[in-house]
Amino acid sequence: MALSKVWVHAELTPEGNLAPISLEILAKAREIADTVEVFTGSDGSAVAATAGAHGATKVLATGDLSGKLQGVHVAAALAAAIEAGDAPDLILAGTTYDGRDIAGRLSVKLDKPVLTNNVDIDVTDGIVVTTPIFGGTQLVKTKFAAGAPAIALFRPKSFVAEESGGGAAEVTTIAVPDTGAAGAAKMIDRHVEETTGPKLDEAAVVVAGGRGLGEASKFELIEDLAKSLKGAPGASRAIVDAGWVPYSYQVGQTGKVVKPTVYIAAGISGATQHMVGMKGSKNIIAINKDPEAPIFGVADLGIVGDVHKVLPKLLEALQAR
Amino acid sequence: MNVVVCVKQIPDPADPGALNADHTLKRDGKLILDESDSYGVEMALQLVDKAGDGEVTLVSMAPNGEVSGLRTALAMGAAKAILVSDDALKGAGALDTAKVLAAAIGRVEGADLILAATESSDGYTGTVPEQIAAILDLPSITFAKSVEIADGTVKVQRQTEAGYDECESPLPALVSVTAGVVEPRYPSFKGIMAAKSKPVDTVTVADLGIDSALVGWAGAGQEIVAVDAAPEREAGEVIEDDGEAHLKIVEFLDGLKVL
Repeated sequence: MALSKVWVHAELTPEGNLAPISLEILAKAREIADTVEVFTGSDGSAVAATAGAHGATKVLATGDLSGKLQGVHVAAALAAAIEAGDAPDLILAGTTYDGRDIAGRLSVKLDKPVLTNNVDIDVTDGIVVTTPIFGGTQLVKTKFAAGAPAIALFRPKSFVAEESGGGAAEVTTIAVPDTGAAGAAKMIDRHVEETTGPKLDEAAVVVAGGRGLGEASKFELIEDLAKSLKGAPGASRAIVDAGWVPYSYQVGQTGKVVKPTVYIAAGISGATQHMVGMKGSKNIIAINKDPEAPIFGVADLGIVGDVHKVLPKLLEALQAR
Repeated sequence: MNVVVCVKQIPDPADPGALNADHTLKRDGKLILDESDSYGVEMALQLVDKAGDGEVTLVSMAPNGEVSGLRTALAMGAAKAILVSDDALKGAGALDTAKVLAAAIGRVEGADLILAATESSDGYTGTVPEQIAAILDLPSITFAKSVEIADGTVKVQRQTEAGYDECESPLPALVSVTAGVVEPRYPSFKGIMAAKSKPVDTVTVADLGIDSALVGWAGAGQEIVAVDAAPEREAGEVIEDDGEAHLKIVEFLDGLKVL
């Protein structure tokens, strides 16, 4: 049974384009619903063409929200539109910073549950989402039982983005009602960290380091190896929390989900927290001193050895080619 | 400056997790303070210290009157705690949890700031802080990597995909903090002793004026239909480094044509 209408959050990149996660969700939305519309906390004109090409017929746009926070304002606009009779069966977004804020605020406004961190959805018998638990070792299927609209958030890379060949979506304004005291927080300035090389969640090769590196300065080995493989460096939560590298490097449940062609885990034991973010890689190479490290359980090639010995030699061999 | 910190007491993440027959998480062993929450507790203690007056109050929801994790946070320096413990909360989802915690926060007089972790280490829905703010009709800034208070305003660096946003909000407000926002202190022996006599107000759902028929399994608005093992990834070859293991890696990469 296909749903009649779903809304998908059109999340924007810093450059103002539709984010990959929104395109991924749009591909699934098209499969489960007759009508797909996107909503955005922006003026919407910049995403109309891409959203249309990925199957959306309408862009529900709040208008420019610069200086305001997305969560409270977008949720207020959606709740008002729903109250005015335009309710979808289902509202979808990514498990992202703004996605969670919008869904959290909206769930209270509508008094409906929100289910996050999902990796799949099925609408054959009600709306059922699949969520990994215990580090992805088990999958829970949960059915929404509170009536429309259901609110579900998905982890990045749960679906594969695909164009449908549709024309530009029609932009419609949804008014943001007065949010009162709750809307008083402001965004003053935006800092975009400079990055070079491919993005962590888009790179074909990811080289990630963990505690086994011993000290922050040794992360250079990871960066050098990533560079020589034209890949991106990544990190376990342990060394991000320890302040060795910025949060943007983190792979795992609370960081980025990556699915590269090759994932090299160096000095990472494989806490479930970490494995959730990289288990979907096509090939995994692990280097760790401890032969009992859980990471070897998912590795296609496991090297029991010292990263301080293996990595420099590997680097040298690659550079000699 | 009075700060309320939402804290969760969870099964030790080092132990393998398990579910009860009704699909709720097994929580019958000793529960510990979620490490993610120790950052909020530390942040709160530092903000109160800096302000020179006020105190830190903890709010928590846990079965069986569990206080082990609360005692850890009290030993760090929090003044008191409110614990909501009620069988009716079994099966509670994120929205129920937010309703209960918001009602508990309502019992704290003169709260200027509410802190929470961005998500718990066991449920990790990541929506409860924003839901609490919505229920209390407060402004909120989530995913903070730094928090400062000046002239009745909270200034936050909010984590984003590409870097961070500088945000600010008038007080009272809710802020959720990421791990690494501050370095949590270890409780001192003196702190641990003092924590034993600090007040923990244990209340039920009815005490908070919430209808128990609307929370927990009864009010979750969701139904677990199956729990299955995820398809396992098979382990491949594991070799001991004999000084030449790097060549094996080169060969492997060559085979994948990524070189």
